[in-house]
Amino acid sequence: MTVRIRVIPCLDVADGRVVKGVNFVDLKDAGDPVEQAQAYDAAGADELCFLDISASHEGRGTLLDIVKRTAEVCFMPLTVGGGVSSVEDARALLLAGADKVAVNSAAVRRPEIMADIADRMGSQCAVASVDARKVEARRWEIFTHGGRRETGIDAVEHAVKLAELGAGELLVTSMDGDGTQKGYDLELTRAIADAVSVPVVASGGVGTLDHLVEGVTKGHASAVLAASIFHFGTYTIAEAHKALRDAGLPARG
Amino acid sequence: MAEAIALIDYGAGNLHSVYNALKAAGAEHVAVTDDPKLVRGARRIVLPGVGSFRACYEGLTGIPGMVDALEDRVLGDRKPFLGICVGMQLLADRGLEHGECPGLGWIPGEVKLIERTDPAIRVPHMGWNDVGLTPHHGDHELLEEGEAYFLHSYHFVPEDGLDVAAMTDHGGGIVAAVARNNIVGVQFHPEKSQTFGIDLMRRFLDWKPV
Repeated sequence: MTVRIRVIPCLDVADGRVVKGVNFVDLKDAGDPVEQAQAYDAAGADELCFLDISASHEGRGTLLDIVKRTAEVCFMPLTVGGGVSSVEDARALLLAGADKVAVNSAAVRRPEIMADIADRMGSQCAVASVDARKVEARRWEIFTHGGRRETGIDAVEHAVKLAELGAGELLVTSMDGDGTQKGYDLELTRAIADAVSVPVVASGGVGTLDHLVEGVTKGHASAVLAASIFHFGTYTIAEAHKALRDAGLPARG
Repeated sequence: MAEAIALIDYGAGNLHSVYNALKAAGAEHVAVTDDPKLVRGARRIVLPGVGSFRACYEGLTGIPGMVDALEDRVLGDRKPFLGICVGMQLLADRGLEHGECPGLGWIPGEVKLIERTDPAIRVPHMGWNDVGLTPHHGDHELLEEGEAYFLHSYHFVPEDGLDVAAMTDHGGGIVAAVARNNIVGVQFHPEKSQTFGIDLMRRFLDWKPV
């Protein structure tokens, strides 16, 4: 076989607590990101993503502690994003135990931050988040601040630039799809995946297992990220893997 | 401290993850160290590594006496050695990442960029992939077949096929592990490969290479 399509659950964390998390009944503290991470590790998730949405600086400080405690008990790859604005921020997360760091707004303001991180710590740990909205047929633009603020930057051009600068992976989120459960923006995902040589993670809008499959077959993604369908127990990681395998795609399990 | 496993601290990013995995595998005394004296007394040695070949080589050779201590203990005293990711690639004669850079030269070969033989092949090679043992290392005490997590853009191409212990496939064969006597290097990340990886670590703790 070849490299497996990765299924990546994503946990939103604010001030050290999971905002949108798993509904597993046997968790002692459903708001504890470390306990949730362990549940996904045991469930065989291929990677885990923490997205920090803390509004405050103090909230960010607790993130490092969470990453450190997660790395002590979870033996799976961990990507951490949200509020990474400098090489120092990235380094601190990696030293705490993150394997990859996702950069979002900072790479909109100054794309060269991807080169700074990749040159010092390697492309393999430098993930560029591409948050986009469709503005017209076959044209998407980068939006920041949770999809509220437009930048006028062409999303595909931005993605290509970040990959050329050294990003080793692109996390492509459709801000139109996020939270809708109507599926990924497959055109957006494919437009970016076909324009770069690095792996692309499809994100934003998953409601069914078919959406995960389409992310790969039609969106050309190498990995599929989802939050709600796993957190609310609609589907398990094992079911996601099986759906991919049933579609003839390489997946674990 | 003579019983300790020496986990070489030369600034590699996965140092703590490897430490955590060794502890989870049951290791009692893991010395995270940049002290060549401690390496000379270690029962087992683990060399982690992520990022660029050159940065890792410069980090390791930047510690006075470290390479000599490693060579005395691993090549001389034949203590069990495990290199992980760039810690495995450093065993080569040279790396070609960001210009040519020498390696330790313990296992002849070089480290090259993965070729994109097909647009569907993505670089970095990122994710879970097969670890398939080669026939001449099929009964290796440390390595087993399974799925492990890979994260790399460059790969080790040994000169002698007999040094290749395991392969994976990413648009063509990629060396997943090298082995020679008491030395094993794995391209994948056992510290990130859940049960498969922790089991490998556990076998390493008991490994008595002949």
